[in-house]
Amino acid sequence: MKQNPVFRVVAKILFAPIIMFGLYVQFHGDYSPGGGFQAGVIIAAAFILHAIVFGLQAGREIVSARVNLWMMVFGVSLYGGVGVVSMAKGGLFLDYTALTGSVATGQHIGILLVELGVGLTVTSVMLAVFHAFAGFVEDNAK
Amino acid sequence: MMGSVIFTNLPALLVVVPLLLAPISALFTFAGLGWAIAIVGTGASFIFALLLQSVTENGARISYHLGNWEPPWGIEFVVDSASSLTLVVMSGLGFLATLAARQLVKNEIAEKDIGKFYAAWLLVSGGLFGLVMTADAFNLFVFLEISALASVILIGMGAGTDRRALIAGYHYLVIGAVGATFYVIGVGFIYAMTGSLNMVDIANRIPDASGSAAIYVGFGFMVAGILVKAAIFPVHIWLPAAYSYAPSAVSTLLASIATKAALYVLARILFTVFSGMPEVVTIALSNVIVPLAVGGVFVGTIMAIYEADVKKLFAHSSVAQIGYIALGLGLGTPASVSAAFIHIGNHALIKGGIFMAIGGFVAALGARASLDSLIGIGRRLPLTATAFVICGLSLAGLPLTAGFISKLYLVRAILETESYVILSLVLISSALSVVYLWKIMEVMWMQPAPARLPKLVENPAIYLPIWIVALGNIWFGIDANWLVSASQMAAQILFDLSSGGGA
Repeated sequence: MKQNPVFRVVAKILFAPIIMFGLYVQFHGDYSPGGGFQAGVIIAAAFILHAIVFGLQAGREIVSARVNLWMMVFGVSLYGGVGVVSMAKGGLFLDYTALTGSVATGQHIGILLVELGVGLTVTSVMLAVFHAFAGFVEDNAK
Repeated sequence: MMGSVIFTNLPALLVVVPLLLAPISALFTFAGLGWAIAIVGTGASFIFALLLQSVTENGARISYHLGNWEPPWGIEFVVDSASSLTLVVMSGLGFLATLAARQLVKNEIAEKDIGKFYAAWLLVSGGLFGLVMTADAFNLFVFLEISALASVILIGMGAGTDRRALIAGYHYLVIGAVGATFYVIGVGFIYAMTGSLNMVDIANRIPDASGSAAIYVGFGFMVAGILVKAAIFPVHIWLPAAYSYAPSAVSTLLASIATKAALYVLARILFTVFSGMPEVVTIALSNVIVPLAVGGVFVGTIMAIYEADVKKLFAHSSVAQIGYIALGLGLGTPASVSAAFIHIGNHALIKGGIFMAIGGFVAALGARASLDSLIGIGRRLPLTATAFVICGLSLAGLPLTAGFISKLYLVRAILETESYVILSLVLISSALSVVYLWKIMEVMWMQPAPARLPKLVENPAIYLPIWIVALGNIWFGIDANWLVSASQMAAQILFDLSSGGGA
């Protein structure tokens, strides 16, 4: 598809707005429909579109498998870390109120960080699944 | 301060520690590091489980509110005598399996995949602990999926030595997904009728909604789904292939902890969630669970007698042993349910030891363990083979081994209910299990090894964990007090809840 100018132009135009929309869904998730799962899939869709149009190799140059793995792990650890910190501060696991001691700020920060962790992990897992399947033939030919 | 933080959060930590160590293990590719992380994770969970057991062994009940949301709205973890006993058995065997895993996986899993292997390993453990503790019917499904998907990965990793592992893993994925879907459909029906997902809350609300067909349909779907996960005949068909083509270490882990958790969940569903409609549960127990359990005992035993591949043979035997546990649950008396819990513990010890020893044979021989390749192995690998014999005798139920205690209490419980047909069937099947054990013993010890075979070395890192388990089999055969009293307490707790005493 690299040769087709329509695909290339459309992919380039859409790439940033898709990520922008993903971030919108991400950060409005805590008080309106949306959240980390949906945002993660949307953001991953931008990268997958890029890889479909410009080739898998180009996609891997933006986000390498190694970086992707670290992102995945960081997302999960962020989620779990919020829980661990709330335990260390004397609350129960994932008790956001214990993070700052007040319901308003604690719940806000807690859900924001947890959703961020979910978003990061979902983005990188979607990318990993895409590259694992799309690159299956060439990876195994090596 | 630190101590009290850990102590109040024990139920959460039991799940969180393995689940958070898993991604860290996935980052690294050095074999030693992944294993060390897995040892820390499983070792810590064993300690947490022992602490929980010491608190709850006299019937205390710990309720942990995740995120500080009150049940029945929030998710609740409940640890009582029944769940803490199961947790101790699972985490203890999980730890021992991890000890042995380092050497067992050496030839079976590529160095670059080791980190991911232990990540999946920790996910299975953490997922199963959560499965046992959660008091939320939907959360249970989430843990079911975490542990099932991670076990599919582990089974599929056997592809390095035998490509059939991929098919075995795929079958488990598909059949397991059907089971999980059935369970969720059931939860959907129950939620629609009672408006609650908390197990005790459902139990309290069911009497108001009973008489409605939707409740019965939900009950049927939930039980059917869990039967698949627990590998009860006739939905056990994924189990033999999954256990036999998985890497040896994985067979050890799954055989000793995975189906145990599902059986515990079955007990919870039958005796806690649906305690509000005892007459329906009684019908299900006597008309469904008991016949299926007896069927499983016979099918598993007979398949094992005709099987030549040793790992598959013991996988079939696992189906039979799961049948005994399900039979104990199905008879539905306090004595029989405590016999089921005793056998959950003892069977974990027996099968853990047997699969570890088979792993030892495979690692030393570098080939699949079949009746041909094991000829004369008793003299070539005496330490591993002796431990194997001890676990085998325990499986047959020889006095002074753990298996005898299981059989003793099961038979006593059956006598109490005066169902002599079941009693004779159990005794016949036990006698039959000697047939397949003898078949292996004869090959291992009686037949001389063919001449000019290379000398085999025994690795202490493999036979020491096997011997710990083997000695455990003897220990619990001689001094079964702890396990028996803990199991009786567990059964009593389940029945107290079901007779309306719990909340």
